[in-house]
Amino acid sequence: MIAFSAVSILLIITIFIFGEGMPVMVKYGLRKFLFGLDWFPLERSYGLLPMIIGSLMVTGGALVIGVPFGLACAVVLTEFSSKRLRRFLKPIIELLAGIPSVVYGFIGVVILIPFIRDHLGGPGFSVLASSVILGIMILPTIISISIDSLEAVPRTYREGSIALGATRWQTTRMVMFPAAKSGIIASIILGMGRAIGETMAVIMVAGNAATIPRSLLDPVRTLTSNIALELGYAAGEHRQALFATGVILFVIIMILNTIANMTSRKRRP
Amino acid sequence: MKIAVPPRTEQGIIRALLWLLTAITVFILFFIIFYVLKRGLPVVSLEFLAQNPTEMGKAGGIFSTIIGTIALTLLAILIATPMGVGSAIFLTEYTRENWITRMIRFGSECLAGIPSIIFGLFGFILFVTKLGFGWSLLSGGLTLAFMILPTIIRTSEEAIRSVPYAYREVSFSLGSTKWQTVTRVVLPSSLPGIATGVILSIGRSIGETAAVIFTAGSSLHVPTSLFSSSRTMSVHFYILAREGISMDNAYGTAAVLIIAILGINVLAYSLMNRFMRRYC
Amino acid sequence: MSEAVVRAENFRHFFGERQTLRRINLEIRRNEIFGIIGPAGSGKSTFLRALNRLNDLVPGSRTEGTLEVCGQDIYGPGTSVVELRRRLGMVFATPIPLPRSIFENVAFGARMAGVKGRARLNELVADSLRKTALWEEVMDRLDSSALKLSGGQQQRLCLARILALKPEFIMLDEPTSGLDPISTMKIEETLRQLQSEFTIILVTNNTKQAARVADRTAFFLNGEIVEVDRTEKIFSAPSDQRTNDYILGKFG
Repeated sequence: MIAFSAVSILLIITIFIFGEGMPVMVKYGLRKFLFGLDWFPLERSYGLLPMIIGSLMVTGGALVIGVPFGLACAVVLTEFSSKRLRRFLKPIIELLAGIPSVVYGFIGVVILIPFIRDHLGGPGFSVLASSVILGIMILPTIISISIDSLEAVPRTYREGSIALGATRWQTTRMVMFPAAKSGIIASIILGMGRAIGETMAVIMVAGNAATIPRSLLDPVRTLTSNIALELGYAAGEHRQALFATGVILFVIIMILNTIANMTSRKRRP
Repeated sequence: MKIAVPPRTEQGIIRALLWLLTAITVFILFFIIFYVLKRGLPVVSLEFLAQNPTEMGKAGGIFSTIIGTIALTLLAILIATPMGVGSAIFLTEYTRENWITRMIRFGSECLAGIPSIIFGLFGFILFVTKLGFGWSLLSGGLTLAFMILPTIIRTSEEAIRSVPYAYREVSFSLGSTKWQTVTRVVLPSSLPGIATGVILSIGRSIGETAAVIFTAGSSLHVPTSLFSSSRTMSVHFYILAREGISMDNAYGTAAVLIIAILGINVLAYSLMNRFMRRYC
Repeated sequence: MSEAVVRAENFRHFFGERQTLRRINLEIRRNEIFGIIGPAGSGKSTFLRALNRLNDLVPGSRTEGTLEVCGQDIYGPGTSVVELRRRLGMVFATPIPLPRSIFENVAFGARMAGVKGRARLNELVADSLRKTALWEEVMDRLDSSALKLSGGQQQRLCLARILALKPEFIMLDEPTSGLDPISTMKIEETLRQLQSEFTIILVTNNTKQAARVADRTAFFLNGEIVEVDRTEKIFSAPSDQRTNDYILGKFG
């Protein structure tokens, strides 16, 4: 019986989130939720489009920042540096995954926000700030899983390529990347999941205005922060609308999980 | 038209670029820790650790939040460990690979990917509201337990699988029952691995905010029972920083948090290393 | 001639579709050292594992025919597998000490059988270690890890671990395949000393070992018994050409 705890908990969570969120979605129509522009819970207007777009923008931004840095780090540590440096740095980078997200958010508030406000303009609390903070937060995930999958490529592949006269970089690009592709993609998807699901750090730096941002320097509100900001005082239909937000978030995450699951399964047939 | 760059030169340029990116990454990650510690450690003193917060956290220490964190984490671990280890034993010892194990594993993986705010929503509606536990250690502990369950299942499963098959065979050939083999041979041998998973989960529980704030509440009193509302260090830090109550105390709390979590993770790593050395 | 304590009649064994033992007919007598030789994959280990039902752990394993130990059909209903395994102690090809102390390794089986009391366990452990000539070597470090012993010592520890079960049979599956000649010699000596108390079944891929210690020897090939006879007879005048070829090293 115990063994089914994970499955049953997943089921219970699904039932409760959907059970709370669906009625209000049905009442006003899914379209209004997905494409409505206005979030005025007191006037019973529950448009989630700004938050959906906000989540996507922030996550996309996080990937634009996190992926190149993360992959560069993984490649340097596996291909261009000594084994000792990797042995030393990898555990430390993994340790950083354990730092509470609120700490990242806080660093954003005290360092990044003033910097953006003074040098780039706008209020500072913005899409840009959220993307940078999230990008940093997903680094450990991307680096550590990419290193694992690059290390899992048989040594003979690399040696074969170098024996044919390829440089280290050519080997990395033409041999190692394709061989480790599914692992690297899985790491990116996991990072993406983490970025979409992150709540507290984003609340602290995003500005949280429930409108579609016009530029990278405008404030933004994500699906997660929408829930966390208002759950404390929401009641009745308003609270249900927050659960509806949860439903949409849940569905997005599930889709990502399934994709990640499928790519990583391909790795080990 | 592609400009022909000699491969060696190309490699040189790319290599420099990659090293630059790596250096920046490592610098940023280290910078965060050092910055927080540098600003926070001066605030941390024995009084800071041993006194209760006063004036909403503006003055005083963080004692009640330390107690809250420990109580909540302990509760979550006590609930999730038996469930997680039990699931792992079932998955590895009592079934063959089939659709049931695949379903359990898929369920556990999905659970692992669910963002903490969803756990918060769920805990809020089920434990706080429907079951009437209110904002309490119990609600928070159950929510956290559900959240860390997948980690415990996965690490325990790996640990149990890495116990050599021969040990089981020897145990059976010496006349042990299945249950004796599992409890006397398999579990003791996989204990360091299981402990690693539990410790990592402790780290995650301590750092969690979103799932806790809506289930355990944010009372500043030292909790007295399972049904007391309580504030953890992470929540306290979040509130201090977000509402601008006291930056000094926020830095201090963050420093304590980071040291606690780093310490716990280092412990987990050393355990894992010992475990690897024993079998590899 | 003493009574037969193991009797196989038309015994067959399958892993899924693959038949691993064909029509085994065999008798093993009390207090003899019974050698089983044959090339790799000939079914000798499978037969040994059929005797203490260790094959049951492998999915798809099933048997036909009868296999009796002391007159009881061990695949029949009412057989306690746990009980059976205590009666037939088994030593594996590679020494596999459990990752605990020397003392705990030897006491393991007894503990699992519910033996309690430090004094009784102490005596049992000491007694078992003496019988395998290991006592002198380890008496002062019973609490150190068994993994620190040498290969030969580990294998004798595995033997002692079985003696502590007070079994009726000792089954050895190529026990010296990974050991040096001196350790091998010690094990063989121990076996001869133990013969008065136990029935010993020795599977070996080293034909000379069978010639040295076994009273009777069976030659297995492709899951069948080619020949069973007194060891001198097998090695001096085998009745089957294939036995002769194997012993002379023409194959296997």
